[in-house]
Amino acid sequence: MSHHIVEARDLHYVYPDGTPGITGICIRITHGESVAIVGENGAGKSTLLRHLNGYLLPTQGTLRIGDYPLTKKNLKAARRTVGMVFQDADDQLFMPTVYDDVAFGPLNLGLPVAEVETVVLRALETMGVSHLKDRPPYKLSGGEKRSVAIASVLSMSPDILVMDEPSSGLDPKARRRLIEQLKTFKHTKIIAGHDLDMAVDVCERTIVIHQGGVMADGPTLDLLRDEVLLEKSGLEKPLQMQNCPVCGPSNSNPDSSKN
Amino acid sequence: MVGVHGFNGYVCPDRNAVDMAKLDKHFFDIGYMDTLSAQQTPIHQLDPRAKLITSLVFITTVISFGKYEISALIPYFVYPVFLGAMGNIPPVYLLKKLLLVSPFAVMIGIFNPLIDRDILISLGGIGISGGWVSFVSVLIRFTLTVGAALTLIAVTGFNAVCMALDKLGTPRVFVVQLIFLYRYVFVLVGEAARMVRARSLRTFEGGGSGIKTYGPLVGHLLLRTMDRAQRIYMAMCCRGFDGEIRILKPLRFGPREIGFTVGWSALFILMRIYNVPALMGSVIVGFIK
Repeated sequence: MSHHIVEARDLHYVYPDGTPGITGICIRITHGESVAIVGENGAGKSTLLRHLNGYLLPTQGTLRIGDYPLTKKNLKAARRTVGMVFQDADDQLFMPTVYDDVAFGPLNLGLPVAEVETVVLRALETMGVSHLKDRPPYKLSGGEKRSVAIASVLSMSPDILVMDEPSSGLDPKARRRLIEQLKTFKHTKIIAGHDLDMAVDVCERTIVIHQGGVMADGPTLDLLRDEVLLEKSGLEKPLQMQNCPVCGPSNSNPDSSKN
Repeated sequence: MVGVHGFNGYVCPDRNAVDMAKLDKHFFDIGYMDTLSAQQTPIHQLDPRAKLITSLVFITTVISFGKYEISALIPYFVYPVFLGAMGNIPPVYLLKKLLLVSPFAVMIGIFNPLIDRDILISLGGIGISGGWVSFVSVLIRFTLTVGAALTLIAVTGFNAVCMALDKLGTPRVFVVQLIFLYRYVFVLVGEAARMVRARSLRTFEGGGSGIKTYGPLVGHLLLRTMDRAQRIYMAMCCRGFDGEIRILKPLRFGPREIGFTVGWSALFILMRIYNVPALMGSVIVGFIK
């Protein structure tokens, strides 16, 4: 199943004003993997993400998404393969109603009208927001907007889901619900952001980006336990792996607390 | 000046806060239109095209009258009142919205009484100039047309009106512009309100609220808007946007819609040809004689 693969080889991007965005990133994400991309502000996460949907094209190096290298000619195929969930759901929900928004992608892909309806309803149901389908997006709460934004991407049945800070601005319950939903997805998932606890819960692999390059790449729990690495890359141990300041030192292994 | 009592009894020195709250409120009020349009009355269930065409005929006939016409316009109130009553629209809400935009109409007609001073009619010995008559006529027309347009949106929904425009052959570009305008006016106003709030919370008696900060504020808002436009475009491209927006909306123009459109349009045209209050007057006078 080569079409679920994302592979970057020596990826460089320099912004038009000369600011280096990313400098020599090499990663390979294979089918069904769930990968967190973490790093301090300005590390280059967003720049990397913008390459994944072809909004930016590398100034040097190659990026392979699915079966094709990312070039201007293959943009459409890449965007079909990668479903991108934006950080600000308001940017993503631009149609008058939730239904229209979720139908936007499938209609553009040329799906027959009868099929669009099924696909839209299924996507809404997956995210548990079927009851919102006739509502205008600006009337939704932050959590609802996020769910609809994800549904609008799911309706295109992408092979790879890319999300930019999916848990930002969500209340704890909505965040937990989102985490549970993400766990059920079989897609290849790439989740960027600062929510390291979410990374622990959802992603088995983490890539730490620092100053435009890959600082570390490995199993989430191993990397996030490495205090030296975290310190160097401007991060902090996830809360669930820290000792509780109120109850005093206790078990710092999230694995055992889950079971 | 109203202060807001905050934590510890601290009073914010914000004369702008009240205006700001008003700004917020007015725009949330627009959102209330959507709530109204989501009702399920027979009027709401009509195909939006029927209501749109009928309202267009209404507006055209109303504005086609001569500039001194008053009496013949009065019967036209039946249409917005009918729509509003059948569609369960609170009249006070609509009147408030009308008042909000009324300065435009007043500005158009305000100089008529000064320019046109010829006595046109005299009531009980007091001469009323043509200017005043045409001013009143402008106001009535404004109330009728804007009232009908607002009621149309309240019983149909802005987006459904756009859909109707689209199905009736308005170029897609315009329709999509309208839809996007409506979608993002709330985001834009939210953003503007947050900026104004941020400013007013740091504005004290000494100043900071004048034109000097107003300029950068608006400029900043424009830049933010352009950034957002960029991101929205990116989001559209990600989902296969190729220059055309496809919208699914099965509309049905059945016998009820035909009846509504033809019936009302015929009435408007009849009322245009025959001055109903004058006719009624002559009937009553004839009856008395």
